[in-house]
Amino acid sequence: MISILKRDILLSVRSGTGFSLSLSFFLLMIIFAPLAIGPDDLLLKKIAPGILWLSALLSCLLSIDHIFQSDFEDGSLEALIIAPIPLESTILIKTFAHWVTSGLLVALIAPLIGVLYNFDFNSLLWIFLSLLVGTPGLSMIGVFGASLTIGLKKGGLLLPVLIMPFYTPTLIFGSQTIMRAVDGLEVTSTFLLMAGITALVIALMPFAATKAVKASLK
Amino acid sequence: MSFWKFSNPNNFMTLSEKILPIISVSTILTLTTGLYWGFFLTPEDYQQGNSVKIIFLHVPSALIAINTWFVMLVSSIIWLIRRHHVSALIAKAAAPIGITMTIIAIITGMIWGQQMWGTYWAWDPRLTSFFLLLMFYIGYQTLWSAVEKPDSAAELTSILCVVGTVFAVLSRYAVNFWSQGLHQGASLSLDKEEHIHNAFSNPLYICMAGFILLFLTLVILRTRTEILKRKIFILLDHKGR
Amino acid sequence: MPELGQYAIPVLFAYSISLLLIAAITLVSYIQYKSVMRKLQKIEED
Repeated sequence: MISILKRDILLSVRSGTGFSLSLSFFLLMIIFAPLAIGPDDLLLKKIAPGILWLSALLSCLLSIDHIFQSDFEDGSLEALIIAPIPLESTILIKTFAHWVTSGLLVALIAPLIGVLYNFDFNSLLWIFLSLLVGTPGLSMIGVFGASLTIGLKKGGLLLPVLIMPFYTPTLIFGSQTIMRAVDGLEVTSTFLLMAGITALVIALMPFAATKAVKASLK
Repeated sequence: MSFWKFSNPNNFMTLSEKILPIISVSTILTLTTGLYWGFFLTPEDYQQGNSVKIIFLHVPSALIAINTWFVMLVSSIIWLIRRHHVSALIAKAAAPIGITMTIIAIITGMIWGQQMWGTYWAWDPRLTSFFLLLMFYIGYQTLWSAVEKPDSAAELTSILCVVGTVFAVLSRYAVNFWSQGLHQGASLSLDKEEHIHNAFSNPLYICMAGFILLFLTLVILRTRTEILKRKIFILLDHKGR
Repeated sequence: MPELGQYAIPVLFAYSISLLLIAAITLVSYIQYKSVMRKLQKIEED
């Protein structure tokens, strides 16, 4: 299991030439949002929670494509299906590897971005926590989407089109958590709802994804 | 002999061939009656004037939009458990109907909204949820088109539908929260319960029945097409060998 | 036509576009059915 983990992380890191592509994309989104919207500080501060979450979401989603691709192409995916480790576990490990190189890094960097917006410590804390707990859910849902589209050649946007609606609850509760923290309201409700979704998704989606992988390979 | 005998494609084709004419005629009769009654023979609403007449399209289409997904869900589950091809094809056939109805519901909702609230769109839970529903439908439809092998397509789209339903339900709650989170119940709902008195409810029920019949007509027709398409695929596949 | 007054255009627009979409999906479904039938007959003749 550890070897799968190591291999997948190495693959992600190498495909980004040593630096996380997800993180780079996240930073690009962070600067492009103000570029698109205009440098109005008050406005930007107001929409910052949404921008942070959207950027995290997109940087996760757009880097999921390759999860099964290289294994599919060299035939090792079929080997993984019949391996002694259940495919569900393999999928979980791959998800974890993906998260480590995308969501985790985004969660660590986001508070620093928050500093640029002059958020107070409480807000920064909840920026970190909401992304830390929410992004694993995003990765898992993304991996589920990837399992549906293994080997399909419809181009890069098929996966996002399928999967983005699934991101709605996590996105809403995650960004609401940050917004409520900024406004000084209680955040436990939204945070727990979001955490609950992540937990649900991690517990159950590997099974759905396994079914999909097997169906894709028939 | 149980209901399951219609999972045999040939039985389905024979039965549907007999039913289709009856159902399509019923659809035309019911729909025309309902819409004519609603459009020409109902009075003006004292608050909304004649714009209330949009209800005869908006409510039934919204009803079908949601229930079509439910039909797809049940059919997908039946495919996953019992592997009846007809089931998977019913789901496939129903999707475009659902998409059309969702679009009708959204457009009529927008037009009605403009008359009632002065704005074509409001980010209220119901409209937003419908927009999201449309996206779920489009994703489902797209996956069917993207996968070449029919059996894999049936499997993958069924999984997508089942998992998607869970998220659609979660999203409904999330969107409710999102739209009301910090504000008072800003519910701009076009809830039929509130405004309707008898003059409207009868033609409305007839229209709803008409739309249901329309759904049945179309889904039977489309499933027949899908069964034939699958037959073609199998024949060509055999010829190729 | 009942006196639609100020709501004439929106209501008529709503009705026409809905009926148009319904007609479209019905027509498309019917045409697809016919074309698949023809294709099947052609294949079965060969």
